[in-house]
Amino acid sequence: MDYGLSLIFTLPEIILTVSGLILLLIAAWGGGKSARLITILAVVALFGASAYALEFLTNPSFEFGGDAFDGLYRMDRFGSFAKLLIYFAAIVSLIVAPRFFKDNGSYSPEYPVLILFATIGMGMMVSAVDMMTLYIGLELNSLSAYVLASFIRNDIRSSEAGLKYFVLGALASGMLLFGISLVYGFAGSTNFTVISETLTGELSTGPLIGVVLVLAGLAFKVSAVPFHMWTPDVYEGAPTPVTAFFASAPKVAAIALTVRVIIDAFGGQTSTWQQIIVFVALASIVLGAVAGIGQQNIKRLLAYSSINNVGFLLIGLAAGTAQGISAMLFYLVIYVVMTLGSFICVMEMRDAEGKPLETLSSLAGLSRTRPGLAAAFAVFMFSLAGIPPLFGFWGKFLVFDAAVAAGMLPLAVIGIAASVIGAFYYIKVVKIIYFDDPSGEIVKTGHKTENALIALLAVAVSPLGYLAIPLLAPVTAAAAQALF
Amino acid sequence: MNQLDFPILSLMMGLPMLAAIICLFLGAHAARLLALATTLVLFALGVVLWANYDIGGPQWQYVERADLFGNFAWALGIDGISMMLIMLTVFLMPICIGASWESIKERVGEYMAAFLFMEVLMIGVFAAQDIFLFYILFEAGLIPMYLIIGVWGGANRIYASYKFFLYTLLGSVVMLIAMLWMVQDAGTSDIPTLLNYDFAVEAQTWLWLAFFASFAVKMPMWPFHTWLPDAHVQAPTAGSVILAGVLLKMGGYGFLRFSLPMFPEASAQFIWLIFGLSMVAVIYTSLVALVQEDMKKLIAYSSVAHMAIVTVGLFAFNRQGIEGAIIVMLSHGLVSAALFLCVGVIYDRLHTREISRYGGLAINMPKYAVFFLLFTMASIGLPGTSGFVGEFLSLIGLYQVNSWVTLVCTVGIILGAGYMLYLYRRVAFGELMHDDVKAMPDMSIREIALLAPIAAAVMWMGVYPESFMAPIRGDVGALVARIDRATPQGDAHLKMGQVKASPTTHETESSHGESH
Repeated sequence: MDYGLSLIFTLPEIILTVSGLILLLIAAWGGGKSARLITILAVVALFGASAYALEFLTNPSFEFGGDAFDGLYRMDRFGSFAKLLIYFAAIVSLIVAPRFFKDNGSYSPEYPVLILFATIGMGMMVSAVDMMTLYIGLELNSLSAYVLASFIRNDIRSSEAGLKYFVLGALASGMLLFGISLVYGFAGSTNFTVISETLTGELSTGPLIGVVLVLAGLAFKVSAVPFHMWTPDVYEGAPTPVTAFFASAPKVAAIALTVRVIIDAFGGQTSTWQQIIVFVALASIVLGAVAGIGQQNIKRLLAYSSINNVGFLLIGLAAGTAQGISAMLFYLVIYVVMTLGSFICVMEMRDAEGKPLETLSSLAGLSRTRPGLAAAFAVFMFSLAGIPPLFGFWGKFLVFDAAVAAGMLPLAVIGIAASVIGAFYYIKVVKIIYFDDPSGEIVKTGHKTENALIALLAVAVSPLGYLAIPLLAPVTAAAAQALF
Repeated sequence: MNQLDFPILSLMMGLPMLAAIICLFLGAHAARLLALATTLVLFALGVVLWANYDIGGPQWQYVERADLFGNFAWALGIDGISMMLIMLTVFLMPICIGASWESIKERVGEYMAAFLFMEVLMIGVFAAQDIFLFYILFEAGLIPMYLIIGVWGGANRIYASYKFFLYTLLGSVVMLIAMLWMVQDAGTSDIPTLLNYDFAVEAQTWLWLAFFASFAVKMPMWPFHTWLPDAHVQAPTAGSVILAGVLLKMGGYGFLRFSLPMFPEASAQFIWLIFGLSMVAVIYTSLVALVQEDMKKLIAYSSVAHMAIVTVGLFAFNRQGIEGAIIVMLSHGLVSAALFLCVGVIYDRLHTREISRYGGLAINMPKYAVFFLLFTMASIGLPGTSGFVGEFLSLIGLYQVNSWVTLVCTVGIILGAGYMLYLYRRVAFGELMHDDVKAMPDMSIREIALLAPIAAAVMWMGVYPESFMAPIRGDVGALVARIDRATPQGDAHLKMGQVKASPTTHETESSHGESH
């Protein structure tokens, strides 16, 4: 085994691990005062890791990737692409956090450190080609996430979110582990390639249950129906920057991980996983659309919106082709931008005393009091609904294109018809913002960084985003091709 | 590039887009002026477009193409049919802006921006030569219209805007799946190429249905029309004008551009569906219009009936029918827009659309009564107005296919005369009953300036329709040639009369003589 090469391949994770540990030490000695510095350093570390991920993604000499540590970890374009997206989401969640926590005085240096550790776990997840790496990455991410969810200790909702997430997350991990052990028992290995070579033909009941349990565990992580129950509660209870982080980065990681497991490890069992994914995708679309209608809390609403969007993403996976995976990756990029944008908009919802507001009714008539924020909100909502000409449409376009190309017409038709149900609550938000009389609860905050970020993300999902297609499409195609 | 050596169509989309963005940041009066100036410049560009259009030249003119988006292209180009619809759009837009001049007082900048954005999308829909570009622009119209109805609409605006948005969205999403399938089958998203691509006959059936779902809602055809009366009644006057004048034409344009030439066999196969729904629409919505108490609702129902004449004309599969349908579309675009403006004129004075609140307007508002009468007659289809030309041609075309449907549609036109004349009698004739109505001043110069151009166009189209038919003749010819193979057999089974031998003639003459 060539340790030198293995270390090079894992450089993004190594950079983050070393910086995470150093920052933890700084935090231990520096105390609360060092929080700001540590946040900045964590962003710098993430940029460093991104530089390497970008290098792995674009440099032709890394075109075919490579295995590290005896086939436990694989550096390839697929993983690098997902990592870039994860790092981007982590950076944004770090940038907006200090201001949010400052107002209730609970910001502390552990926040950036935990984000870093979670990010390392996600990097491991998307690069895992072995069930063990997968599990370790997943748990590293999850454990950091449990703490992040309950980050505001004296807030009962935040603590409840953390606890709920922990209990249900542990259950999902248990299912996943049980599935892994069954698959291992029948395949004789935890390595994805060996599993796919061993599990061929008609599966007997044992490995079948194993596959189903692994998929169930992963479905929990991507918050797909029927394992979505934790999502609205955790999204509502967790501090908003943490929710923004949960809805973006771990989602990318979990979906990329699911893709890799399905294509690499269970690639020989298309008929087994395909029906599960088709069901999960449609159930997520429909439930995400229907259950969101009655929500009064904007964060809960966005939670259902993310369940709904995961359903659309999984349609690309259900197609099971390189085109489908490429479509998913493109959709993920747009999804991350839209999600981060809408959550930063939520963070900007402050009353005169600076207290965060979360109810839909407080948004009433926002277009009169804060026209810029209102316009951005509307752009994100229409984009999440997938109404052209906003860029959110393009993600849906690509996954449906892949589904049609794979001959899954009924799936495409049902999925797109259900998207109309979902459109209802998005336009309801627009209605509250634009049609209702102003409630005047939300005041101007004058947060320059947040406003600039919102403007940037809103422009990215505006029709101008279409100009990025020739730029991004070859990259997603190359990343997807790495799996096949 | 094209006959003008510059991308005029892109300019016609870019200019209002830019103006729309600027309007968002302007004060009320500046926004009004900018919007009016922009729409007038666009109208001038439209005239340039028409003046330089080469009748009998290549089918697609002013073609431009930029492969900007990977999977699809920014491809624009127009034929005669598109050009006439673009002309209709740019002609109505300044009138819409003028109609909102005084009635819209709140959030003027955003209002003007929404209308200018709408204009970008409407021009784009008629000019798009890439099927995905068409879809994006077609769907995008939902957003500004949703805002126009919801923000500046009447009392029940929220219900109407939801219904409009969700109804039309549900109609068109399945069309996207059909488009994806078509592009994968044909290997191109270029509309001119797709127009001549023969899809397998079995596939055509469901592709046609997917497109039908979208266009039937947009058109709207009975029973998918229920969103229209709500949207019309609640929208501000200019919103109704643009909705009836141009947006409804997108449905007819879709049938003309996609359903017929791309799926000729399926179109012939579903001719019973189109005829059946259209017959119901003509009779049923006319009867519903007869009993309306609300002026806007009455005109909205009359739109459904007129659109049914368009659909039967289009699916007559012959030149007269299709040309007639296009002229009905143009004529209805002008006439219904003018009628909504007429409603707007008196609504601005009395703030009610209830028919029974008016009466005797011919006495104190003679100018208004003249205009209103002209447009009422045009809506009925009186010879000399635009309505007659289109309906007459459509029905001639239809008669070659099915005389029973023609009979029913003609009865519908008589009913149309009924409800329009009844409306006119109740509004304009009779005694001046109410004091507030008695106090209403006649039309202002602004209002006359809005209605006079439409009146001129309506008369022009009625007296010399050749101006409007010359550009579309070649394109209709190409379409008829394309769908010729699927043309259904007419029910008349006409035979050429045999020239009878002379003795027989003699006999007849003699028998004729005997009977005397």
